[in-house]
Amino acid sequence: MLITLDIVILILMILAALWAVMTRSLLRSGIALALTSAILSVLMFKLNAPLAAVFELSVCTGLISVLFISTISLTQPLSYEEIIKHMKDRFRRFRYLPVIVILAGIGLSFVKVRPNLILPPPETETNVRNILWNFRSLDMVGQVIVLLCGVFGVVILFKERVKK
Amino acid sequence: MIPQAIQAFWPFGIFIFMLIVIGFYCILTTFNLIRALIGLELLLKAVTLLIVLAGYITNHSALTQALVITFIVVEVVVMTVAVGVVLGIRSHNNSLDLRKMKNIKG
Repeated sequence: MLITLDIVILILMILAALWAVMTRSLLRSGIALALTSAILSVLMFKLNAPLAAVFELSVCTGLISVLFISTISLTQPLSYEEIIKHMKDRFRRFRYLPVIVILAGIGLSFVKVRPNLILPPPETETNVRNILWNFRSLDMVGQVIVLLCGVFGVVILFKERVKK
Repeated sequence: MIPQAIQAFWPFGIFIFMLIVIGFYCILTTFNLIRALIGLELLLKAVTLLIVLAGYITNHSALTQALVITFIVVEVVVMTVAVGVVLGIRSHNNSLDLRKMKNIKG
């Protein structure tokens, strides 16, 4: 059935994403991001969206990984002492992430969410605001998360220095 | 709506939420600009999967595929511009660390 194989693919995607965030080398991080994107395109094929999957595979897996890897190759690597210092610092900051992710997954698996996705017939699709807020609320959640992505992209620019 | 497709929503939703948690944690914790972009990319991937899943459940795949294709194009444009900005900052400061960027505070 669909679900069992899908969950294996989803677990692989989460592992690739964790590798992209946790690994020390930026180059490996870019490769792991491309792997995440490729696994996501497999999921899109299974979710009955082949055209979007082809776009994801060609553009996100190909173009963005080339972009990241060329950017990383334009920057210079750290020296050995800096790498040792940096590794300790990174481990201290990122050690909580797998625990948080696994706890979030276990916690959410006890909750059952069934969205009420009832679509209107085509002749009533005249009032855009009514359709958007009352019937396509799941899409609104996605749009709000896109806006949050932009907000957090701005937030990192205004980060304060860490006081020791 | 496909009746058995609605069963697939919540298992997918758990993993989408986990991907969002990974992206937020990466953005909020890292000080490297390129890794922050990687976290942003993970968040965008979670949103893409959520939109495709909504189209699969409601059997309106054509509508969501159009949305996702537009979204992927916007994502590539944002990433290209952001990488350009990061390279500009790097050539100006000779570092990718946010803690060393003092001149951006004015």
